Amino acid sequence: MKLITAVIKPHRLDDVKTALQAFGVHGLTVTEASGYGRQRGHTEVYRGAEYTVDLVPKVRIEILADDADAEDLLDVLVKAARTGKIGDGKVWSSPVDTVIRVRTGERDAEAL
Amino acid sequence: MPEGFSAGDTAFVLVCAMLVMLMTPGLAFFYGGMVRAKSTLNMLMMSFISLGVVSVLWILFGYSLAFGPDVSGVIGNLDFVGMRNIEMDGLLDGYTIPVFAFVAFQLMFAILTPALISGAVADRFKFSAWVVFIALWVTIVYFPVAHWVWGGGWIFDIPVIDFAGGTAVHINAGVAALALVLVVGKRIGFKREAMRPHSLPLVMLGAGLLWFGWFGFNAGSGLAANGLSSVVLLNTNVAAAAAVLGWLVLERIRDGHFTSLGAASGAVAGLVAITPACSVVSPLGAIAIGLIAGVACAWAVGLKYRLGYDDSLDVVGVHLVGGIIGSLLIGLFATGTYGTEDQGLFYGGGLELLGRQAIGVAAVAVYSFVVTYVIALVLRSTIGIRASEDDERTGLDQVAHAETAYDFTGGAGVLSRSASPAATATGKPGRTDDADGGRSGHTAEAKVEA
Repeated sequence: MKLITAVIKPHRLDDVKTALQAFGVHGLTVTEASGYGRQRGHTEVYRGAEYTVDLVPKVRIEILADDADAEDLLDVLVKAARTGKIGDGKVWSSPVDTVIRVRTGERDAEAL
Repeated sequence: MPEGFSAGDTAFVLVCAMLVMLMTPGLAFFYGGMVRAKSTLNMLMMSFISLGVVSVLWILFGYSLAFGPDVSGVIGNLDFVGMRNIEMDGLLDGYTIPVFAFVAFQLMFAILTPALISGAVADRFKFSAWVVFIALWVTIVYFPVAHWVWGGGWIFDIPVIDFAGGTAVHINAGVAALALVLVVGKRIGFKREAMRPHSLPLVMLGAGLLWFGWFGFNAGSGLAANGLSSVVLLNTNVAAAAAVLGWLVLERIRDGHFTSLGAASGAVAGLVAITPACSVVSPLGAIAIGLIAGVACAWAVGLKYRLGYDDSLDVVGVHLVGGIIGSLLIGLFATGTYGTEDQGLFYGGGLELLGRQAIGVAAVAVYSFVVTYVIALVLRSTIGIRASEDDERTGLDQVAHAETAYDFTGGAGVLSRSASPAATATGKPGRTDDADGGRSGHTAEAKVEA
């Protein structure tokens, strides 16, 4: 079992969702997030005074996946989220010990 | 109506009075958008309260002090206190409109001027002290200065040209803003923390309302619907337009972008600068004045960072600098063919007019600065003028008004005290009873309708 987490640009969310659905992902969690990477946000100028806005809006997507699907899923996600410009975000996967569906008590693969 | 009355002129001046009234809420939004979200309502209220306080004082004694019969060139007498000795149909001396139309028109100027100052002390001035400040300031500073400049006082007699308020309104408010800022001090975190405008659409909305209202401010100041007011309206518009361009070009060169705050600020700077001059320059002169004001004010708003005074919303940079530019440029651009025969330097008039304008500028600036400074010191040592550090960090909306401009949480809160008479009569806190009662009431109605 893997937990795939992606922090991406908010305006890529719809494309990513569509791509994941096409791939066969049944569920995901989306959270509003903010942060910065190497580019350190952007600057804004108000009457000549420059402000550095380092926390830029992002969305965080979390998906539980079978080990077998994880690698392909990462590819799909990265492809759909990419604009090629700075600030596209990060995607990572981490191992998951146990998953339980709350309603039925099913575990792991059955719970996905 | 008496002989000489003009329904056309009167209608025009009354409508202009309404337009000028709109400038105060317009200013409130212009300023309100520029502060942080936590002090938006306070900023709006600082303008709005001027409508309340000054309107009443104007009727009681303000109009009389400003426009009553002259006493030694310094102040009006008390003949018109409480609007006594003014007949309903009585005409303003030398004009075709009722005195009351003039009283109403000038009232709107008296309301706007102290409201202009509020932008300088945004985010930190105690609201209660602000109310007292406005009352004192209009009484001791604005009413006398309006008398000097327009009411037959000594500046009027020089004469200095100030068609719609370059000295009486903008320099006066701009200098007062500087004095007040020096006494009240800087916002916590000035130059360290980000204090970005929280809503530029509000700023643009406010600037738009100001621009629109300014037609009444300037074109109405001739107190007649005629050729001069037509030129004035045109000059007002084109100066604002040129200043937008001037400000934006400077920003594009200096900062790399055409900002909306720059466009809005440029418009206001141009309007300020053309205000004293709109009746004496040609439309081409108005373009020049607007361009100069746009560039100069865009540059001047940076002064606060270099000189270290915290004029929050650049009242000094826009109104004082813009007002001085407009008042002095009369000495260069007055054509002698519009509202005055005086000619500026560029039209063969020499330096004499410029000298007279400079006297008006300096006199109002010095008087307003000194007296405002003293008022601020007195208030600081008596009722206090500065919100506490905690209150300033929390935001003045909650502290002074028990309200917030926006609900960011989406949670409506819990009704903790009801205003319903039943709750008060029974002495119950009314917390759950009233809240639930209200909700179930609505539900019942909804069911009936369904």
